[in-house]
Amino acid sequence: MRKFIVRRVAYLILTYWAFITILFLIFRVTPGDPTTLYIPEGMSQAERQATLERYGLTDPLYVQYVDYLRMLLSGDLGTSYRYNAPVWDVLTTKFWNTIFLMAGAMTIAYTFGIAFGAYIGWLRGTAKEKYGMVLALIARSSPEFWIGIVLLSIFVFQLGWFPWGGIREIGAEAPASFFDRYVNWGFVYHLVLPVLTGAIYYMAQPILLMRSSMISVLNTDYIEIKKAEGLSNYTILYKHAARNSILPMVTVVALVAGLSVGGSLVIETVFSWPGMGREMVESVHHNDYPMAQGAFFLMGSVVIFMNFIADIAYAFLDPRVRYE
Amino acid sequence: MSTNQSTITTATESARNSVATAYSKSRSILEGERLAQFGVIVLAVFIFAGLFAPFIVPHDPGKINHGEDGDVLRLAEPTAEHPFGTTHLGRDVMSQVMMGAQVSLIVGLTAAAIATVVGTSVALVAGYYGGKIDNILMRLVDIAYGLPFLPFVIALVFIFGSSLYNIILVISLLMWRSSARVIRSEVLTQKERPYVQSARAAGASDFRIMFRHILPNVLPLVVLYLTFGVAWAVIYEASIAFLGFGDPDMYSWGTILYEAYINGAIRYAWWWVIPPGVSIMLFVMSVFFIGRSLEKVTNPDLRHN
Repeated sequence: MRKFIVRRVAYLILTYWAFITILFLIFRVTPGDPTTLYIPEGMSQAERQATLERYGLTDPLYVQYVDYLRMLLSGDLGTSYRYNAPVWDVLTTKFWNTIFLMAGAMTIAYTFGIAFGAYIGWLRGTAKEKYGMVLALIARSSPEFWIGIVLLSIFVFQLGWFPWGGIREIGAEAPASFFDRYVNWGFVYHLVLPVLTGAIYYMAQPILLMRSSMISVLNTDYIEIKKAEGLSNYTILYKHAARNSILPMVTVVALVAGLSVGGSLVIETVFSWPGMGREMVESVHHNDYPMAQGAFFLMGSVVIFMNFIADIAYAFLDPRVRYE
Repeated sequence: MSTNQSTITTATESARNSVATAYSKSRSILEGERLAQFGVIVLAVFIFAGLFAPFIVPHDPGKINHGEDGDVLRLAEPTAEHPFGTTHLGRDVMSQVMMGAQVSLIVGLTAAAIATVVGTSVALVAGYYGGKIDNILMRLVDIAYGLPFLPFVIALVFIFGSSLYNIILVISLLMWRSSARVIRSEVLTQKERPYVQSARAAGASDFRIMFRHILPNVLPLVVLYLTFGVAWAVIYEASIAFLGFGDPDMYSWGTILYEAYINGAIRYAWWWVIPPGVSIMLFVMSVFFIGRSLEKVTNPDLRHN
């Protein structure tokens, strides 16, 4: 096990280094002059040169690369053009806004998805199972922005139950402390629809996986024995069959939780949620390159970290993996 | 030598036969599948619309339509003349949605094809050679998995320009990773089968073993990934376009929804929002329905009996 973890940590470092390098290349070595991304229009040649030098863009590429690595290692993501503030300061709150949103969506998606998937796996071959499957596939076929638009038009514009977007009342000042910001009803009220959008979209996968995992467990002998013992269906379903089907889900949760960070772009845009994803989209639209890079860096870090967790969790749960 | 030769022929034949049986098996499984039939019909409608859209659209999708009084038909409700109404600029929504089928088909099929060909080749090489080559290729897959999909795609599309061509390329640049990982593990089990050993004993080249002997045996899985790839590529293209990075010269369903969204049409112009959204949903759904049925061919556990 130790050997396995050591090797995985080595892979983690390799992947992370590659990610950071790709990030550097994407934003620096682009076709055409990178200053077109960097510099607001209407700047004189001398000003432009000065700006280039200030950001170290006149240095040879490898010097820029080393500087870039040094900055990242010291936790410096540069300065945003739009906010005229350190990227890190702007992104900290947005990072947590995104994490709360996606964690909420994931928790709901996987709790209900696993329970529901186990249930329809148990009902294999019935009409109920078929309708459940069709529902899951419909949810899976709808891009997040479409689910969001449908929820918006029903619950906001038709019924008026929820706010159209944002994270708190319009004009309300953001509370200073972390605790006050997230532990209040206003926040939860604004959170409902975006979380629901993510939950519906991500629920399809646990339903489908849990169902097929259940089906293979239900084919085994010990379930027959439990039936012969006269246990109730409910006990067999949730106490014996579901427990054994749940193993493969653990790694999937971690993997998808990482992937979902990318999906936050779309949900946050629909609901004007001030998170990392929306910030990334807006920064790209406004040529705020350090901001876009910073948001990309944070999102990629989450993805890589969750992939790592998935690998390790898998090895813990299934010892065969360790001796691959 | 002759026995070897005949073993090889049998092996290749059995591979071909397995493709043939897989085909007939998939046909018989598909015949019992209402959902897959629904999928095939819906997809056929979209393919028809996509192929002939430029000739059968009722109006030029970019044309500004005028009412009888000469005013621009802004946000007109659906009528016989404009079955899905018009946009804020007086453009015909139905014609735009029909043109959108074209974009989804092109992006879906090409991106999925590129990603699957690359993914399958990587899987064959990694699984067959094993050792160092396998390790290097799988670390590449790890790296591809470390990149968050939409942010990566958007950064690249922004830098290289939002053309349909770039969108396709960038989507396939990341999408190959899933087929590579899954098909590789299937190649690993195929590699140990006797037919591979006898082909090698007969002096077949590595290339020939990989593509003539192993490939036909992993083909059902490849087709499955190709199918799901089409669905994912369409969703990704729609998402990119919805975020405002779509090809400005094309009427993609995502672009139509982006325009409707930023103009606040969700509030008062349902006819501008529902047709493109439902089209995406139906298109992807029909591909998934077909894919689910194909999955039963590769995984007997999923079949009912």
